[in-house]
Amino acid sequence: MRPKRILADLKVVVRSYTRNPVALFFSLLFPIILIGLFGLIFSAVGNSPVAVQVINLDHGSPGSVAFLAALNETSVVKVNVVNWNATNFGTLLGQNDDPVGLIIPAGFNASLANHRPTNVTIFIDPADASSSGTVVGAVQGVASAFNLHLANGTAVVGYTTQTVGSKVYSYIDYLIPGLIGFSILTSPMFSMVDVAAGYRKDGIFRELSLTPLTRSEWLTSHILWYTVLTFITAGIMIGAGEFLFGATVEVTLGLIPFLLVGPLLFVSLGMLAGSVAKTPESAALIGNIITFPMMFLSGTFFQVSMFPPALQSFARILPLYYVIDGMNQVMLFNNSARALSDFLVVLGIALVIFALAVRFFKWRDE
Amino acid sequence: MASAIEVDHLVKRYGELAAVNDIEFQVAPGTVFSFLGPNGAGKTTTTEILEGLRRATSGTVRVLDLDPWTDAYELHLKIGVIPQDFRFFEKITPREAIEYYAGLFGTHPDPADLLRRVQLSDKANSRFDTLSGGQKQKLGLALALTNDPKVCFLDEPTTGLDPTARRGIWEVIRSLKAEGRTVFLTTHYLEEAELLADQVAIIHHGRIIAAGTPGEIIDQFGRPERLSFRAPPALAEYLRAKVDLPVSVADGRVVVEMREKKDAVRVIAAVDASGLPWETFSTVQDTLEDVFIRLVGQMDDGLLKSEATA
Repeated sequence: MRPKRILADLKVVVRSYTRNPVALFFSLLFPIILIGLFGLIFSAVGNSPVAVQVINLDHGSPGSVAFLAALNETSVVKVNVVNWNATNFGTLLGQNDDPVGLIIPAGFNASLANHRPTNVTIFIDPADASSSGTVVGAVQGVASAFNLHLANGTAVVGYTTQTVGSKVYSYIDYLIPGLIGFSILTSPMFSMVDVAAGYRKDGIFRELSLTPLTRSEWLTSHILWYTVLTFITAGIMIGAGEFLFGATVEVTLGLIPFLLVGPLLFVSLGMLAGSVAKTPESAALIGNIITFPMMFLSGTFFQVSMFPPALQSFARILPLYYVIDGMNQVMLFNNSARALSDFLVVLGIALVIFALAVRFFKWRDE
Repeated sequence: MASAIEVDHLVKRYGELAAVNDIEFQVAPGTVFSFLGPNGAGKTTTTEILEGLRRATSGTVRVLDLDPWTDAYELHLKIGVIPQDFRFFEKITPREAIEYYAGLFGTHPDPADLLRRVQLSDKANSRFDTLSGGQKQKLGLALALTNDPKVCFLDEPTTGLDPTARRGIWEVIRSLKAEGRTVFLTTHYLEEAELLADQVAIIHHGRIIAAGTPGEIIDQFGRPERLSFRAPPALAEYLRAKVDLPVSVADGRVVVEMREKKDAVRVIAAVDASGLPWETFSTVQDTLEDVFIRLVGQMDDGLLKSEATA
């Protein structure tokens, strides 16, 4: 590896890229358009029932089950009974990004039977006024109905509220790490697949093979360029997100490992896909087969936690999932342990793919 | 080092097909060697093996005393190659391309100088995708020279160029030789080989069917020298009766094939004695192209016959 040759090649890569208006549009402008578009579409959607995580400390008693069933029947909330620890429920809700939760106290059923006052606890996020309002309203309504029917109007069932432990983020906040991940994936994948197959067809690799430039030097200069591009795009998206679309995300040094390992992974993967294909057409096909599921199912536009369980399991085999999840941990949840484990997963995959790309990418034929 | 290029019992097989079938030749340092053959004859395969881009199935190949496949890195520092139909990064200009190659090779050529040499100075700052076919080929030639190569491989360097540009490239090839470089030239233009090459080899169906200087090949495989008269066909009748040489009529010309030089005197005397009108006369000799077409044609006919009886 000679830095001088990598630099010479990098210069050509940068010139080729920056002189291509289509490439520039898709890597720099397109993500901003996406932020605006998705932000607009999804902030307008508010008609689906609000999911409420519920801890039932009165374990399956008839009264508690009836109460939850009644809540579900309002159709403005959807009850989801979980087995979490009640003592730090607020924190857990925050970490799982659930703005609302409910605890049914132990002895709820007995209180109903004996007309003794009992309070359910609602956890709300003041920042998410619409979800909180919906849940409080639903609990109020169901509680009044219970009081009316079971206790002739005596206030038996009441509620107290608590706030959810940590800040709850809005869609636009998720969109930023998601779209940084989107461009980490798409910019190198689409163009490297094309380059790998096209340069081979045009004989450009053949020409380069007649120079002292080595395959790893060539690959390195491309990884360097896409890393630079990733930093620029991430900067643009964070800037546009914060100033144009009102996002609030943490920008820390913890983001850097992901911005480094992402391009390493996807430049190599694009090169690998382009190298194993026989023609530019099949290269594009292989590239799309790899890229499209990741583009939508790794938490780019939609959080993976919103997916049905089967799709969530599928998302976890996609390398981009770990890039985006890691950035979510850094930019939103401040969970460095999980960010580190995400990073190690991506790094492992990236090194394997890089090695495979170097192995399968050939300058010359036997 | 006796030879710049040495090829001995070279074979390259693709499955059952022998693209190159046991060939041998040598190229002396500082000479121009032209490798000729119809499409699919094994020219490009051989050239690519010499350049270290393909691996030989068997046989020995040495270029500048290096094994092109195993010592490719070292070899590539010392050779220059322009492939057929040279392609490059679309958005890069010739000047940038030369700087790029100089950076890769660690050499310091003057881009303006190299571009002038291949007559591309006026396009120094135009992007590659705006260049014509000939201009692209010239850039390929300039790039092949950025590392001051000892051996230059030129694969059909003038294909698609206009006559002036072709002559320009010929000048460059002559100057390469004058600078003591060895040139390995493949071409479709037999005239080009005849003009430029010290040695020629003709390959067909993976075998070398003729080798030597252009003159030697013509002497060995060409038809005898002929006298050609612009004259009415009646002259042919007359000559057939008077001289015992083969006479033919073609395109308004009467052509007499000579066995030896002094036959010319007899023929001209007979023409004069005939009293028939004639306008001009010339001597006609086979060119390398005539020989090439006949050799390749004969071989294909022979092959077709043997295939038909098999």
